Amino acid sequence: MGILEVKNVNKNFGGLKALSEVNLSVRENTVHAIIGPNGAGKSTLLNCLVGKLIPDTGSVMFDGQSVLGRSPYEINQMGISRVFQTPEIFGDLTVMENMLIPIFARRDGAFRMHAFESVANEREIIEQAEHVLEDMNMADKRGMHAASMSRGDKRRLEIGMCLSQEPRLLLLDEPTAGMARADTNNTIDLLKQIKQDRDITIAIIEHDMHVVFSLADRITVLAQGTPLVEDDPQNIKGNPKVREAYLGESA
Amino acid sequence: MLGLDKKDATLLIVVAVLTLCAPFILNPFPTDSAMAQFNAGYPDLMQRFIIFGIFAIGYNILFGLTGYLSFGHAAFLGVGSYSAVWIFKLFSYNVLPAIGLSVVVAAIFSLFIGFVSLRRSGIYFSILTLAFAQMSFALAYSVLSNPKFNLTNGETGLQVYADDPQWFHRDSLPDLPHLFGLSMRSTYTLDVGAWSFDFNAGYYLCAVIMMVVFYLAIRIFRSPFGMMLRAVKSNQQRMNYTGLNTRPYTLAAFVISGMYAGLAGGLMAAMDPLAGAERMQWTASGEVVLMTILGGTGTLIGPILGAGFIKYFENIFSKINDTVLHEWFALLPDGIEDFMVFIVHPFIGKGWHLTLGLLFMLVVIFLPGGLVEGGQRLSRLLKRRGTKAKPEDSEHRPEEKPHVAE
Amino acid sequence: MDALLLQILNGLDKGSAYALIALGLTLIFGTLGVVNFAHGALFMIGAFCAVTLQRILNLSFETIDETQKDFLGNPLKVKTPYVESWFGPDLGSSIIDWSVPLAILFAIPVMLFVGYAMERGLIKHFYKRPHADQILVTFGLAIVLQEVVKYFFGANPIQTPEPDMLRGSVDLGVAVGFQANAIIYPIWRLVYFFFSVAIIGGIFSFLQFTTFGMVVRAGMADRETVGLLGINIDRRFTIMFGVAASVAGLAGVMYGPLNPPNYHMGMDFLVLSFVVVVVGGMGSLPGAVLAGFLLGILESFASTTWATTTIPGINQIIIYLVAIIILLTRPRGLMGRKGVMED
Repeated sequence: MGILEVKNVNKNFGGLKALSEVNLSVRENTVHAIIGPNGAGKSTLLNCLVGKLIPDTGSVMFDGQSVLGRSPYEINQMGISRVFQTPEIFGDLTVMENMLIPIFARRDGAFRMHAFESVANEREIIEQAEHVLEDMNMADKRGMHAASMSRGDKRRLEIGMCLSQEPRLLLLDEPTAGMARADTNNTIDLLKQIKQDRDITIAIIEHDMHVVFSLADRITVLAQGTPLVEDDPQNIKGNPKVREAYLGESA
Repeated sequence: MLGLDKKDATLLIVVAVLTLCAPFILNPFPTDSAMAQFNAGYPDLMQRFIIFGIFAIGYNILFGLTGYLSFGHAAFLGVGSYSAVWIFKLFSYNVLPAIGLSVVVAAIFSLFIGFVSLRRSGIYFSILTLAFAQMSFALAYSVLSNPKFNLTNGETGLQVYADDPQWFHRDSLPDLPHLFGLSMRSTYTLDVGAWSFDFNAGYYLCAVIMMVVFYLAIRIFRSPFGMMLRAVKSNQQRMNYTGLNTRPYTLAAFVISGMYAGLAGGLMAAMDPLAGAERMQWTASGEVVLMTILGGTGTLIGPILGAGFIKYFENIFSKINDTVLHEWFALLPDGIEDFMVFIVHPFIGKGWHLTLGLLFMLVVIFLPGGLVEGGQRLSRLLKRRGTKAKPEDSEHRPEEKPHVAE
Repeated sequence: MDALLLQILNGLDKGSAYALIALGLTLIFGTLGVVNFAHGALFMIGAFCAVTLQRILNLSFETIDETQKDFLGNPLKVKTPYVESWFGPDLGSSIIDWSVPLAILFAIPVMLFVGYAMERGLIKHFYKRPHADQILVTFGLAIVLQEVVKYFFGANPIQTPEPDMLRGSVDLGVAVGFQANAIIYPIWRLVYFFFSVAIIGGIFSFLQFTTFGMVVRAGMADRETVGLLGINIDRRFTIMFGVAASVAGLAGVMYGPLNPPNYHMGMDFLVLSFVVVVVGGMGSLPGAVLAGFLLGILESFASTTWATTTIPGINQIIIYLVAIIILLTRPRGLMGRKGVMED
């Protein structure tokens, strides 16, 4: 029994079948990659997991509880954090403030009217934020305007923000899309480090096979809205069905 | 001090000193001199500075922090005024219960309007608040003013009449708004040589209240709650995926700013026991938007500056007429003098709104950060001039985000 | 039945004005992505084009008529409009009489120019700025335009009467088989209605049947793609802005006889037109027209004596009430598309 169980999920947009009979099981403390050609339904599937879309039929269970019908913030409070394809951070705020917000969200829940306390007095939360910033190698950037950083740094910050919540499941949506090789390798190293240091489950959607095979413990291949195969990385490489549907196309 | 860091405490003290000494500062010219027309130290105008300052401080908590552009805040101001006048009519002229009720009623009213409007964001939100404000105006102007049920007294405006009950009124108390017997109109005039300074009870009541609510605004800005509001403005998507529910945050900001507006409305009625529907029109909401932007959206001091700036120039511009202009340009040759008067004429006197509209456009186009940003740019320019000789180039260092309060 | 029909008819003139302004707002919003708070001012400028033309046509010179004497026995000064002296008294006076319809010809170039100047001079610089900035700067512009008009024309409403021939009412009821006098309807309202229908029809067929219109519609659907095709979409959008300005202006020109123009008529209509756009569905042209007429008619029903005695003043708030209810139940409006102005 995995921490995330997707069963028989279907999703149509008008007449278009985006997902049909998708089953997926992500085991605890593993890195599970979901790959597939463009239009395979990877993003739709991800959106069904985080509450942005609701599947037409089927179930999505996280840690034994259904996530269906809950809004994104409730699902996050259940322990799922999401990293977006283009970094979503608080651009107008400083790096430090970016890091504080998720920690406040974890401590205080979805809403708390702490209007007359001072951020500066929240020693414990500031310490935690500084700790994560150090982990991310960003301690020197704490006062910077988040929007003024490079894309690689924004990605790093976003991952840091998600980690600071200590999620049970981290969802990554093409975390290296549009990155230069060096940045990609840095991100891989960062993710490897995270995997090593923490008890965390990671589900990753990725295009870049280099990233997938460096990180994944388990891979699901999606094609035309249906899972083609779910297996270990070494078996995926040799699978003729996958070659035909995906690797063949990109080769 | 009071849970503020040094910088904020300094700001609060500066504002406090300026407000308390305003009767001196705003009357720099001798009463009989030609420059006396630029004096602003008379009670009525000083009260307006403060009241609109409060209105703008509150508006800034919504617009400046969350970025939600409301075009309906004048409605809360109007509701506050009506509530206060009703207290005067039914109970007594004491201003405290009146102001208290105006805040409470505005809070309830803004909770309702905010709850509905905040279901949408962006331009939909602006239009919804606009629709609510216009509806409130129509309600106050005609719907709630009919022989069967007269809550607002329509076009005439709500005021206190001799046959009103005023249950707690005693003959020993002044027949005007008062604070435990101290009339809001009572003014002590200090004559020093050619100068004359007015110290008005109403003004000082407003000033004290403003300092309290300004202090509260600073606390809100520095609180985790304030940080969340800025996060709403910055990226709602990230908010949602960080486990935060944006709606209660924005609603809380909306209600708080509505309460500030109600307080301003209550004070307005306390200074002059009258409430009219025109206070609720959407152009009045536009004015508070302008004050906030002109001063500096999202900054602490900006709204106060903006409110003071606009109310001061409104007063000055409305007073200037062609005769005054001819005096100003008297040194120029006749033809040019007439030409200058001709050019300036549309912008003064009744043309104040034209000036206001132009100012609005110019600020949005060239100075989106308002006076505060203008000041920062100016000081940076001066600093750069001063440090040009130094070898180190500050621009190559990572950019530090300016502190919110600057 | 006849009373019902009468109320529907009564709603048509305001409905037409709402529809025309809302159509222009939607065109601008749909093509340029700009929220134009100065659109009401364009309506007002149109109305004042009619005022201006009327004043121009009435420019007169004075002659001393020796044959007529005033009561003191002095020769009478007679004012003769230039138009009358040029075209003869008969043709001249009928030209003056027809000043409002003639103002259409005058208003089109003026409005095209105003629209062009506005877009190139101001709006262009706000495409990439947040909607809040667009709202604010056009709000400022609206104030400026209205104050300029007030400066030149004063604060009081100015009569711009319809031509003599189109004054008075017709008995529409007889034509459809009701009793005489059941439905008496002013002629100019009919004219205004048909005029708006013609303009709306014109705009729709322009968008539907010309290549220019096709590109604009494609641009409304997806601006970037059309831009990628190498079509100079910006220039077309400038023209569209001019067209939208003209539509608002013409709506204003013809509205004068129904309600004498004053400098703040634009603001009054603007707020309602925005509500109309939102009710119709942001970015939907048919929605704007439909909602314009519906809300106009609704307002007319709320203005009946029965309605106003039941709930006093209901006619002034009905549109807002309906708008709020619609926005809460159908956030996209009656005919709004998905993805337009959503988060």
